[in-house]
Amino acid sequence: MKILVLISNVPDTTTKVRFTGDNTSFDDAGVQWIINPWDELALTRAMELKEAGGVDKITVANVGEKTTEPTLRKALAVGADDAIRVDVPARDAYFVARQLAEVAKDYDLILAGIEASDYNGNAVGGMLAEMLDFNSVSAVSGISIDGDKFTVNREIDGGSQLLSITGPLVAIVQKGIAKEPRIPAMRGIMMARKKPLNVVAAVDAHEKTSYVNYELPAPKAACKMVDEENAKELITLLHEEAKVL
Amino acid sequence: MSILVYTENWDGKFKKLSFELVSYAAAIAKEMDSSVTALSVGEVADDELNKLANYGASKVLKLEDNRFGSLDNKALSKAIAAAANKEGAKVVVFAHDNLGKALAPRVSVKLDAGLVSGATALPSSFDPFVIKKKVFTGKAFANVQINADIKVVTLSQNSFELAETAGTATIEAFDAAADDADFNTVVNETNKITGKVLLNDAEIVVSGGRGMKSGDNWGGLEELADLLGAGMACSRPVSDEGWRSHTEHVGQTGKIIAPNLYFAFGISGAIQHLGGVSSSKVIVAINKDPEAPIFEAADYGIVGDVFKVLPQLIDAVKAM
Repeated sequence: MKILVLISNVPDTTTKVRFTGDNTSFDDAGVQWIINPWDELALTRAMELKEAGGVDKITVANVGEKTTEPTLRKALAVGADDAIRVDVPARDAYFVARQLAEVAKDYDLILAGIEASDYNGNAVGGMLAEMLDFNSVSAVSGISIDGDKFTVNREIDGGSQLLSITGPLVAIVQKGIAKEPRIPAMRGIMMARKKPLNVVAAVDAHEKTSYVNYELPAPKAACKMVDEENAKELITLLHEEAKVL
Repeated sequence: MSILVYTENWDGKFKKLSFELVSYAAAIAKEMDSSVTALSVGEVADDELNKLANYGASKVLKLEDNRFGSLDNKALSKAIAAAANKEGAKVVVFAHDNLGKALAPRVSVKLDAGLVSGATALPSSFDPFVIKKKVFTGKAFANVQINADIKVVTLSQNSFELAETAGTATIEAFDAAADDADFNTVVNETNKITGKVLLNDAEIVVSGGRGMKSGDNWGGLEELADLLGAGMACSRPVSDEGWRSHTEHVGQTGKIIAPNLYFAFGISGAIQHLGGVSSSKVIVAINKDPEAPIFEAADYGIVGDVFKVLPQLIDAVKAM
């Protein structure tokens, strides 16, 4: 069995978000880039599945320019066997899924994070499944291999389910899929330098959306403070002033 | 031409969320001189389907094929795309919930459409079609233009007001002509959360952080939540410590919520946490550290010991 883990290269989650060019583009000056947190959990689960046996290879893939390679190297250091970078800037989810569809065909299981923490698209995994005509399950909080099938926990609106589903499968994963993301060890970092990182040329594709501009949320009014000894006053304010109780 | 809205049901019933979606679709239809068709999958009584007309649906397609009960993403997406084609839908609207997020991307590819997920408002323009959504997990908004003939939108919860109208809908049976081979999902077990207010549905949310000190100290929060009919949530350290289930974790890597009222007890308000709750209408923070960043995001605050404040709040709510 071969597993592909999709890796988004995103700004560190503590980044203070700013825009340039009259709010038309994200200001990446001084930004630290990381593996998208959900993709990191997906990779961790892929490693666990490999250690349990039955997985021959874990590949990680990203669509982006050379500047995203440190993020792929980090994924290799965590333990992926090889990496693919489709050499083109990511334009939108549809464009990215089109690029990935070219390199993802031969995998039995594709793990995608439920969203990327930058554009919050919730899209690439599902789009890719449709392009490849693969099965897909979203909001996955657990997955294991059961012969030629997969056993999957999925969150539904109002509960959870235990499923069995045939491959090839795109599992779109969220919190719970792995307990803690794995941190690369020194040995992993050394080995990652020698692992193959294959750069693939992009195919012709058109994006379907474009980002016109960005807005920052309106600044909040000052917080109204209530005295600790008179906490009941808070309930009165919420009832009479804010009218939310 | 129409606007298609996928209205999910829960054991044959719709929720406020379903009516928000139809209201939203109706507002789009008005601007585009179109009409709203709702698609309902599963067994829903006609009385219940007719409720969709009160929010602007003029037609309801009902697909009563039990095989869809497994929510097989591939089969369901195919059926929704077929309904969109049959209705000549120019816009397809989903909820930005677990099912909507699972289906909208697949449907958008089938229809060669452009997708915006997590929209927070009506389109600001229709030609070109531009719609606002949250990006960077609540830290900013983007205005996104869809450059495709068909548009697929998932709508964030609590971002559009219900709009009732007097209307009637024709109910029409819809046969998706689904193939057995399309259904590959077998549900072995379903665990429904019962007797609790679901976090995503909750108008009020009571949340605890590291300041609660231990998983054993949640009694007061639960009592307050019970009294208010509120949902329960927690910050990331709390779920990482196993004090509460990860399904209650709100924040950048957990759930993103937008209730009317959010209580943060003993939560410092790291930027990742705020990303998950910043769309709440009113945020209340109780924290012993006056410098905690949560007070910058909060509308009301108390600097103090949560264990002293909580009983006072419970008493005050009881006295209401």
